[in-house]
Amino acid sequence: MSMTLVQVVVSGLLLGAIYALFSSGLTLIWGMMNVVNFAHGDFVMLGMYTAVVIWTALGGGPWASVPIAALLIATLGIASYFLLVRHIMKGPMLAQILGTFGLALFLRYGAFNVFGANFRTLPDTLVGHSFVLGGIRFEGSRVLAGAVGLAVTLLLHFMLTRTAIGSRMLAVSEDATAAQLMGIRPQRMQALAWGLAGAATGIAGALIATFFYTSPTVGETLAIVAFVTVSFGGFGSVLGALVAGLIIGVVESVSAFEIGPVYKEVVVYVLFVLVLWFRPQGLMGKT
Amino acid sequence: MVKVTRRSVTAGAGLFALGMAGKASAQPATVKIGVIYPLSGNAASAGNYSKMASELGAEIVNNGNAELAKFLPFVSPTGGLPGLKGAKIQVVTADNQGTPAAGANQTLRLITQEKVVAVVGSYQSGITETASAIAEKYGIPFLTPESVAANLTERGFKWFFRTTPVAGDFARAYADFLKEQKAGGKKVDSIAIIHENTEYGNSVSSVIADTFKKDGLNVSQNISYSANSTDVQPQVLQLKEKNPDVAIFISYTSDAILYTKTMKEQNWKPSILIADDAGFNDPKYVKEMGSQVEGLISRTSFGVGKPGSVSAICDALYKKKTGGDGLDDTSGRGLQGFFTLVDAINRAGSTEPAKIQAALKATDLKQDQMVAGYKGVKFDAKGQNTLASSIIVQMKGGQYVPVWPKANATAELVLPYKGW
Repeated sequence: MSMTLVQVVVSGLLLGAIYALFSSGLTLIWGMMNVVNFAHGDFVMLGMYTAVVIWTALGGGPWASVPIAALLIATLGIASYFLLVRHIMKGPMLAQILGTFGLALFLRYGAFNVFGANFRTLPDTLVGHSFVLGGIRFEGSRVLAGAVGLAVTLLLHFMLTRTAIGSRMLAVSEDATAAQLMGIRPQRMQALAWGLAGAATGIAGALIATFFYTSPTVGETLAIVAFVTVSFGGFGSVLGALVAGLIIGVVESVSAFEIGPVYKEVVVYVLFVLVLWFRPQGLMGKT
Repeated sequence: MVKVTRRSVTAGAGLFALGMAGKASAQPATVKIGVIYPLSGNAASAGNYSKMASELGAEIVNNGNAELAKFLPFVSPTGGLPGLKGAKIQVVTADNQGTPAAGANQTLRLITQEKVVAVVGSYQSGITETASAIAEKYGIPFLTPESVAANLTERGFKWFFRTTPVAGDFARAYADFLKEQKAGGKKVDSIAIIHENTEYGNSVSSVIADTFKKDGLNVSQNISYSANSTDVQPQVLQLKEKNPDVAIFISYTSDAILYTKTMKEQNWKPSILIADDAGFNDPKYVKEMGSQVEGLISRTSFGVGKPGSVSAICDALYKKKTGGDGLDDTSGRGLQGFFTLVDAINRAGSTEPAKIQAALKATDLKQDQMVAGYKGVKFDAKGQNTLASSIIVQMKGGQYVPVWPKANATAELVLPYKGW
């Protein structure tokens, strides 16, 4: 294997960890309440703008912007739950889809209004320069985003599967009425899920902003990847999103390098369709 | 079947009366011009600058400008179109949303609902293609100030006009430029073309590849990618592995930013880096990324002329409107296109599409009337401006300066490409 190909695979793995990071919030909400949040990409976009604003207003880097973005988008998530999602969940499936889709448009065009259509970028040096390790180049901001992505998704996974609060959340997702009879308040758990998903999404946004461009429509571009990652990995499975993210990142990079960038999506989607053909619930989803 | 009620009869009579009143006053008070640009989507940044250029054009005509009135017959010192008894222009904007389908729908809305007399737009060649097809069908003049795909003027359209230079013009400019560098001892043995895969990138890259082939320049790599990509590392690594002497990018804004960042991350630079205008000329790109691409070569059709010239006056007015950003290649060409249409409407002395079409065909604007750096505007039978031209510029200290041909140069060409 040539050195360049190793570099391609490494870049793909890092990219995959980042895909996993911004997909985990989406999969969490689906797993908890069977609601697809179509505004997910726009949550990421707002996380990115948080980082941009903190950089331009305060000169702060990711150490300041990541926690603030996490807090802000978590608040947004909880507010969306109480003001919108809680109500539309009582309606038919279509109401849920259109409800969160409406939220997406509201946030996107709100961003156009506040920030304008212009592209913003953060300075490359915010996180640190790229470095060479064993002949492979690593970009500081991507390494940070990838590492945090890995940590956050694993943390979410362990919280859901190994802690009491996680068990309570899963109980609500399985049968809200039964959980309520056991003394769990479903609304509180669901609000918590939206808060956690928002926090993870905010972190993702603030980190992606360090190496990606920020614009009001960037959420659209990223959301497609998130939806593919989540359905590939299995709706509701955080660990699935991680594995799927890594697979997609590597497959995309290698096929873009070996076959050509216009065909990378063909390869990814053929794989995607094959997985769903044999495992409609995704790699790690529940049936 | 239409049900005849008293209300509808009254309304009909009212409309009839209005129609008569309109005829009686001989001239309309406003001329509606449709302006369609990407105001959302990935090219929204450039689209909004172009939209502001058209708005500025309308403001200049409506409010009057004594200085410009000396050069431009459609501008009066006091305001209003001289040829239409002081009629004002109303710009009706529409968002093409970055998709050919929305471009067609919005053009349909402008024509059938807003009743515009002509349409200007639509930045992306692929969208201009669908939008102008609607205008053609309805017999409404469509003028594109900036779409360069060759086939747009090859469709036999009767209502389509283009003021910008086309792919063939700047492919020639690049080829001549590179041959001169080769003659001067620079290494130009392998050339990579990296282009986005819609109408703009595909057509421009194929014209460049053909022109280069005829001129004996070796295109060793041709990479096509989607402008919506979330990641371009593999492409940059492909380039790094083959390491061509020259790389030519044909990109929109978001992908231009990603390539710039990724090339720095992977520490790869060719000795000559050329970017074909578009994304690399977006004011936001220049502002945010300019310091990372020192020595980047691009083309432009806009340069601020000497004080008192049409371009200098318009540039100053545009800065006032945008709060600091001057005209650039895209917005400069945009305003030129808008002015060309207004000039035709003014000469037509009418808002009838057929008369505007006839006036457009008779357009004969001179070099000293130009906002863009053209030799003038004069359309051939296909609707292409035969006097359009472009110059080669180089990024120096965060802004583009003309370096080639020698006659237009204000600064020395510096090679190899320095980057960051």
